[in-house]
Amino acid sequence: MSVRERADLVQPDESAEPDEAAGWTAAVRRRLVRELPPDTMLPDTQPRYVASWIYVFGVLTLAAFLVVLGSGAVLAIQGPSWWHTSDIGHFFNSLHLWSVELFMAFMVIHLWGKFFMAAWRGRRALTWITGAVAFLGSIGTAFTGYLAQQNLDSQWIAVQSKDALNAVGIGAYFSPMNFGQMLMWHIVLLPAFVGILVVLHILMVRRRGVVPPLPLRDRPAQAGAEAEPGTVSEAGQEAEAETEEQP
Amino acid sequence: MSRRSRAAEPDPYSFGSRPYDLVKEFTVALVAVLALSIALAAVFSSPDKRPVTIATWAKADSADFTATALAELDGTSGTAQYGPPYNNASEGQKLGPVGLANLVGVTKPIDTAQDFVIRPLLSAAQTAIVSSAVARYATASGAQQSTWTGNYSNALDKANGDPAKIAAGDYGPVPTMLTALLAQARAGSLDGQLLTESGAFYQTDYTLPLLFLADGSYLADLAGQDHLAGTQWGMMNETGNYPGQAWLWLYTFWYQISPYNNSDNGDALVWGTMAVLSLAFVFLPFIPGLRSIPRYIPVYRLIWREHYRELRARGGT
Repeated sequence: MSVRERADLVQPDESAEPDEAAGWTAAVRRRLVRELPPDTMLPDTQPRYVASWIYVFGVLTLAAFLVVLGSGAVLAIQGPSWWHTSDIGHFFNSLHLWSVELFMAFMVIHLWGKFFMAAWRGRRALTWITGAVAFLGSIGTAFTGYLAQQNLDSQWIAVQSKDALNAVGIGAYFSPMNFGQMLMWHIVLLPAFVGILVVLHILMVRRRGVVPPLPLRDRPAQAGAEAEPGTVSEAGQEAEAETEEQP
Repeated sequence: MSRRSRAAEPDPYSFGSRPYDLVKEFTVALVAVLALSIALAAVFSSPDKRPVTIATWAKADSADFTATALAELDGTSGTAQYGPPYNNASEGQKLGPVGLANLVGVTKPIDTAQDFVIRPLLSAAQTAIVSSAVARYATASGAQQSTWTGNYSNALDKANGDPAKIAAGDYGPVPTMLTALLAQARAGSLDGQLLTESGAFYQTDYTLPLLFLADGSYLADLAGQDHLAGTQWGMMNETGNYPGQAWLWLYTFWYQISPYNNSDNGDALVWGTMAVLSLAFVFLPFIPGLRSIPRYIPVYRLIWREHYRELRARGGT
């Protein structure tokens, strides 16, 4: 069953009243149902080729992101200085630190996995782009977090990084020595930016489905063998080679 | 993208399907990651080395503090000579012919003599001697000020930075001012004065005290002891034996090699390089050649080995 066929499952059947309501709300509803059908968003089957541990790192990244957000939210309750004076606060800071380390590690493995799958194929370029920008945004979020620690490390990172930011004019508006500004970026702007990208990324993954395997090219197709999806005939190999990795 | 290449991409479910419980997988992953994070936090904790204050600096290394304050007063410190966005003492770095910092200009004006020395002295209750010294310095000509600070700087060098061992000379009011500033710093009042110079009660901008600290060598020495210096892969490290921002390895890498580590425009060059690499990373799907690399590194054969095994068993390629 194709992704489109699965999406069609949730279209109104003949016995149901067609959704012909007027207005912006109805139009948005129809668009959402068409573009993001629930059966595709929350599938109970997956393609057979999704059978490797590398696929786990996507969901592990998402899980770690939620632990990062949760531990950060606990630290926010009593403010940025709490963890320096409270054992419980220090524990939640440790939880925040280690979940960030896991988040970045899982994301990098996920990224390399998708790279080696050439996962941008089949109209999935925007999925790659949202993931890549989310990765860069996560680096910025972690950087501002280190600046918001209020300890020797954050002092040193602030005075070191100012030179790089000032060198290209960014420091005029984004100052690592301005604790209040860095804290706001760390707990509001950048998490929102990364969070929105993560949501878009996941919606795109569900909408397009998991990228199919690359065709093998080391052996010629056996005579008489039925053509399988994902295989490339010898005659077609050369012509396809230039376009296969295209998004 | 050609229509042909789109058409060549098979539908994921045309390969067959298997049962899958997405919500269960996510729940298990969340519980596992939470448990692992808690275990790591409980076992390894997290570093928290106390920050340096102006007071701890002045107490621990008064010679460095005095030399730095003198450099702020005579305009020879790193901040005084910085350029945009703090002043116009230099042009700032360039990326090729473009000086981005200079284009943006001075947005956070800092006069090191006034902001780090004279204004803090004037804002505190002083003896008549100190008040008179500040007034004498402030009303002297620039040439006279330079003579006093230059003489005192040379004398400090000869005395290994110890003001108590300085020989008599024409230093004007400079020693009196710097001695008073050192006393304020040791008492802890200079920390607060540098934070409230803008006149605001509530504020969160630590630019002035951090720049003052950074102009001295005390903070850099402490950072070096904790392998945080730029030549030690700097910012990607963390104090103690903890993983820092390992994901900054590529950015930090450029600072270790030529021409980045010996260029006056090193920071701008690193940013330019990283901007190009970041754009290539984001738009990789559209870059011929780079997007074909996965085909030539057979990791995909490992990822989809079961799929290929099934294909072979069924007589496919």
